[in-house]
Amino acid sequence: MRAVTEPATPVGAATALAVERLRVTLGPRTGGHDLVRGVSLTVHRHRTVALVGESGSGKTLTGLALLGLTPPGTSVAAGRLQIGGEELASCSDADLARFRGRRIAMVFQNPMVAMNPVLTIGQQFLQVLRHNLALSRPAARARARDLLGAVGVADAPRRLDQYPFEMSGGMLQRIMLALALSAEPDVLVADEPTTALDTTLQAQVMALLAERQAQLGMGVLLVSHDLGLVAGMADEVDVMYAGRIVERAPTADLFSAPAHPYTQALLRTVRDIASPTTTVLSAIPGAPPQLATLPAGCSFAPRCPLAAPECTVALPELRAVAAGHEVACVRVGQ
Amino acid sequence: MSAPRAVPGAPPGAPPGASPLVEVSDLVVNYRVRVRGARSHAVVRAVDGVSLTVGRGVTVGLVGESGSGKSTLGRALLRLTPAAGGAVTFEGHEVLSAGRGSLRVLRQRAQLVFQNPIGSLNGRMRVGSIVREPLDIQRIGDRASRPQRVRELLDQVGLPAGAEHRYPHELSGGQQQRVALARALAPAPSLIVCDEPVAALDVSVQAQVLELLKEVQRATGVSYLFIAHDLNVVRHLARETYVMYLGAVVERGASSSLFERPRHPYTQGLVAATPVADPARSSPPPLLRGEIPSPMDVPAGCRFHTRCPFARDRCRTEVPVLAPTPDGGAVACHLWEELPRAAASGGTLLSGR
Repeated sequence: MRAVTEPATPVGAATALAVERLRVTLGPRTGGHDLVRGVSLTVHRHRTVALVGESGSGKTLTGLALLGLTPPGTSVAAGRLQIGGEELASCSDADLARFRGRRIAMVFQNPMVAMNPVLTIGQQFLQVLRHNLALSRPAARARARDLLGAVGVADAPRRLDQYPFEMSGGMLQRIMLALALSAEPDVLVADEPTTALDTTLQAQVMALLAERQAQLGMGVLLVSHDLGLVAGMADEVDVMYAGRIVERAPTADLFSAPAHPYTQALLRTVRDIASPTTTVLSAIPGAPPQLATLPAGCSFAPRCPLAAPECTVALPELRAVAAGHEVACVRVGQ
Repeated sequence: MSAPRAVPGAPPGAPPGASPLVEVSDLVVNYRVRVRGARSHAVVRAVDGVSLTVGRGVTVGLVGESGSGKSTLGRALLRLTPAAGGAVTFEGHEVLSAGRGSLRVLRQRAQLVFQNPIGSLNGRMRVGSIVREPLDIQRIGDRASRPQRVRELLDQVGLPAGAEHRYPHELSGGQQQRVALARALAPAPSLIVCDEPVAALDVSVQAQVLELLKEVQRATGVSYLFIAHDLNVVRHLARETYVMYLGAVVERGASSSLFERPRHPYTQGLVAATPVADPARSSPPPLLRGEIPSPMDVPAGCRFHTRCPFARDRCRTEVPVLAPTPDGGAVACHLWEELPRAAASGGTLLSGR
């Protein structure tokens, strides 16, 4: 699962997902500004890329855009989108709908909200399996039982006849994972899949996700705000701030040698909180930025301890500082 | 309990060394729930005989999974949820039987800060009015002095001068939580129950609010009962921590030793499940299997035995009592003296860097 020494992009590994210059824009009626501002990333089969950021950083929208699920009033554009080795002609709803559920699937944060409350689990499996795989009813039900078994849900026949409210959050999240993987997609977008769960269940669900990934070989885009979680799960970490990726590195490198001042500050905070000996926590001053009123130049500059006049001139682009390690900061290396 | 006396409004940072600020003994809180198909109500023991002490000017942590009863305990000791048994003493006065007059004083001296700041602030009131409301209701100060007090409070929680004219939705999550804290501090309480106060905040903002909580404690001598599921946050703030499982305390101790070397298998499981921001440490397979059982159906014997990797026959029949440990803590486990304390390799997991 984890890359410790090998580079983030193994030679010869099949690309599960590649997207270039992804933009999600709010319509002119709601402000007309970009929420995701040119995100490029690649996920290989069997690999996990974590998209890390705070609320409002655009990490969730990035995930949603890949499935054509962004909210009304937004539009999506990309220079290039490739899923499972197949090039998409556009990010139009029609093009994405052909891939959604079959080649790229998603697990959402809150299973209580993501599942349909008025249908039994079995009916929801039936819908998904009939639509994506064109299975007959009996075949779909048999398949659903197997899928539930594969995510450790005991007593599957009974569970299929139950409604979501009759189940715990941990159980539902297993079921949603089973649903998402039912068509054995090339890519799984897991958006904060365990944030609504207790840490004890989080550990179980993440272990399950890793197990299913090892079996099915899909690439996973793990969207999370939790650096602790991604440290144990991801091969590569992409850090987002204000709609852009500001740093990208193999997981071990990101944690041992973070280069962007934002990543450094975030890691310091997380480690301070986790350290028994810290007396004063190092907080990042200020608040995450409002995308409608971004400053010129680097979006992190107003909160950055290293900010210099040149930081407010132009938007810094990602550039390599080591193998597989890219940073968008003009101050790095100075 | 004799006729309730009025709780005197002791000044902040009241005499140390006296009785503890809060003394909870054998508290029981039941919820009645309707069961489908059944005629009668079922009783859920959300809090099942919990004893807990909060000293003056300190922070006591309360951890456990959802459904462990930690929030119910916090609410019951403020009498926001009725208790079915036990006793709560606050500043030397009985809380559960307090009449209207002394309850009014309790409402002044003990406050609550919730997880979701925007949900706990009235969206139609400006920040100044929100912070002023407790002063008006409790008739603290006079009309002329209250605006000044509001500005002091906002300043104390680090909000800019213009904030009092803003509405909650105009503020960031961290600022909203500062407003909630300013409102809680308005009547100069000696206790604030903080129920997951930073769980909804971004990491970069969490540290700001945690630092603020410590700063406020230094300045006012207020005590916190700090309820959270994030062990790292609790360990950072609390000198002493209680671990709850299915309505009961299963372990208690100084936070340092409790998290470094957890004794109860449940605490070990919690510690092991806490992610570490260090990819060089391999994440062990989850120690805790399964989920917390329904509190309507608490297992016999040790309530944790259904998930405990070490459970034996005795655990399935005999309820373990909370027994003192050599390091000043207490643990409710039949096996704690035989169990490998390194089973969770917990301390290293949390602290290792």
